[in-house]
Amino acid sequence: MALLQLRSVSKIYHLGGEEIRALDDVTLDIGTGEFVSIIGPSGSGKSTLMHILGCLDTPSHGTVTLDGIPVQQATARELAHVRNRKIGFVFQFFNLLPKLNVVQNVELPMIYAGIGGRERRRRAEHALDLVEMGHRLKNRPSQLSGGQQQRVAIARALVNDPKIIFADEPTGNLDTHTGEVILSLFRRLSEEGRTIIIVTHNPEIAAVTPRRIEIRNGKIAERVDERLAGLDRAAAQSQSGPAPSSA
Amino acid sequence: MSLWNAIAVGLKEIWAHKFRSLLTMLGIILGVSSLVAMNALVQGMENGARESLVAVGGLAKVRVEAQPVPVEQRHMRDLAVGLTMNDVHALRNSAPEAVKISPEMRMDGMNPTLAANGKTYRTFMTSGVWPIQAELMEHKIGHGRMFTEFDDEQARNVVVIGTGIRDELFGKPEDTGEPVIPLGRTMTINGYPFTIIGMFEHYESEQDRKARELREQEQRTRQAAGVTNSASGPQRSRGYGGGGRRGGFAFWIKNNTVYMPLNTMWMKMKSGQTNISAIPTLNNIEIRVADPDRINEALTQIRNVLMITHRGIEDFSFRTQEDWADQISTFISAARISGGLIAGISLLVGGIGIMNIMLASISERIREIGIRKAVGAEDIEVFIQILIESTVIAVIGGLVGLATSFGLIQLIRAVTPTDNAPVVTLGSMGLAFAASVTIGVLAGLIPAFRASRMNVIQALRYD
Ligand SMILES: Nc1ncnc2c1ncn2[C@@H]1O[C@H](COP(=O)(O)OP(=O)(O)O)[C@@H](O)[C@H]1O
Ligand SMILES: [Mg+2]
Repeated sequence: MALLQLRSVSKIYHLGGEEIRALDDVTLDIGTGEFVSIIGPSGSGKSTLMHILGCLDTPSHGTVTLDGIPVQQATARELAHVRNRKIGFVFQFFNLLPKLNVVQNVELPMIYAGIGGRERRRRAEHALDLVEMGHRLKNRPSQLSGGQQQRVAIARALVNDPKIIFADEPTGNLDTHTGEVILSLFRRLSEEGRTIIIVTHNPEIAAVTPRRIEIRNGKIAERVDERLAGLDRAAAQSQSGPAPSSA
Repeated sequence: MSLWNAIAVGLKEIWAHKFRSLLTMLGIILGVSSLVAMNALVQGMENGARESLVAVGGLAKVRVEAQPVPVEQRHMRDLAVGLTMNDVHALRNSAPEAVKISPEMRMDGMNPTLAANGKTYRTFMTSGVWPIQAELMEHKIGHGRMFTEFDDEQARNVVVIGTGIRDELFGKPEDTGEPVIPLGRTMTINGYPFTIIGMFEHYESEQDRKARELREQEQRTRQAAGVTNSASGPQRSRGYGGGGRRGGFAFWIKNNTVYMPLNTMWMKMKSGQTNISAIPTLNNIEIRVADPDRINEALTQIRNVLMITHRGIEDFSFRTQEDWADQISTFISAARISGGLIAGISLLVGGIGIMNIMLASISERIREIGIRKAVGAEDIEVFIQILIESTVIAVIGGLVGLATSFGLIQLIRAVTPTDNAPVVTLGSMGLAFAASVTIGVLAGLIPAFRASRMNVIQALRYD
């Protein structure tokens, strides 16, 4: 059984009597260790899909199974538990708590996992070492550059050793060079065997991932648009690191 | 998330908004401190009142007073004899509930004139009594002795006085700087000479005693330092009860006691009066009943006996301290309620302030709440965290309020000097603290509920 299974998943929003099908009959499997990008134009439903995959939201119709757990019928409490133990999130706007310092931010998921203070600190420092932020433990997020903040956010996503890491436009708020650094960090994590799903509208990022899922108007596109997915260049670049910037 | 973590987050939030938190706590601080202070003041009043009650004989004491013949018995007026020694003997023989009985006969006329030591003093009451009266009225001999039954039989011209009389005729020990004990001195009452054979202790409220001891202490240290008593200017009388009256009227009256043997009063002071009867007529009879809880039974018994000696004419009445005790209770509970109301309103306002600030706090922290939920905080954990934050504010406010209450008590005492020292009770402190915690929890409920129900996706998008 795949790590993530979506069967005929729909998400419908009602806005002033109008029905918006943010996701429309999506069926999808993602296996352990895959490195996947979800691509598509803005407003196509990428974030909605990620929210459902990441147990932040439940579908209107269809079934979602994560690591054998039927998510669509889980309570809010069970979803919180799944998010805490099996999922790590990286957001476009980093979403670090401004009042906490770097190491406290990374400790946050472990607080809700009930891990003791000493163990928390040890694991947070280890995760920060992995993203090369071990030297800025006591800094506040506001004292860090965007790229550094995103690395701290990645450390926070890693720290509970989750089954899957979701990243929603993780480089969307970074300059090209920093974005490449972050992207290579994800590649490294993928090579270490982690399951990573990156949501992006940037073809050059999508070009890095072995598998691409394209969303259009809430549906999975039959055939990935090669231009949009950056496949034409990815073939040439995939051996030699991340795709170069086109900015 | 552990409780300790939640408290730590709460403290951090409060510290991050120090001034705002302080303003928020103000209501709770005022509420708690006024609750404790009010309670302390009322408790002090109650203690003072009960002290006075005990000083005049407590609840077991009943006074039988002579009374005009009631209207419906007017036609039998000529048969009415008033309170006499016959009543006393009858009660001693037939009313076992009246365990101690003392007849009291007062000097005629408004204010007997006392004179001694070249000074005169118009006191308000001089009584002839049995020796047991001292015990009935909770008197304690300080110097010399109480007169005895033998003195009474002999109708000797002896008196026992209170310190108030001593102060007026022989001077206060505070002023002379040494004890004034006029034992063996002669004092005239309306011109009749008496020998002072005893003086009662000085009676004062707990409060006055402490104040006096403090004064004496200061005087001693000043004297030790070689400073002479610098009280200057002519002495002046501050009128009835000046100074001494502060500690309560009951104590002042008690210190102005003048007792002589009953027979002395009867034979020496009243003989030769034209309207005198063969049986000594009394002003009242002081009685101690066996058990204050059975005072109704005792009164019935006493009344039955007296109705026989008075031939069915009810020209007497009972005065007990029950009314006084009831009045104390009524007054005290009224004071408690009004004090509690003020404090309660303050606490309520404080609670609303906390709720307001918590609502503001969660709307400032929507994104934080979204992040916490995204990394695995359950709704209930968010709920508890907000609840703990509001409780922490209230608890700190409560603790500060407890500390402030002592200052508030000093302030109130400075503005309105009272007779009775405020008594801060542990119970009132506990109550006030519990109230502040409860209010913190209640004030946090709505904000906590809102925070816990926030949609995680919308919260993450919010900015
Ligand atoms: N809470 C919501 N209420 C109503 N419509 C929504 C809501 N969230 C998303 N949508 C709509 O669903 C569609 C998909 O949105 P989204 O998944 O955010 O797209 P993407 O991430 O690909 O830009 C959009 O049309 C958006 O307007
Ligand atoms: Mg999006």
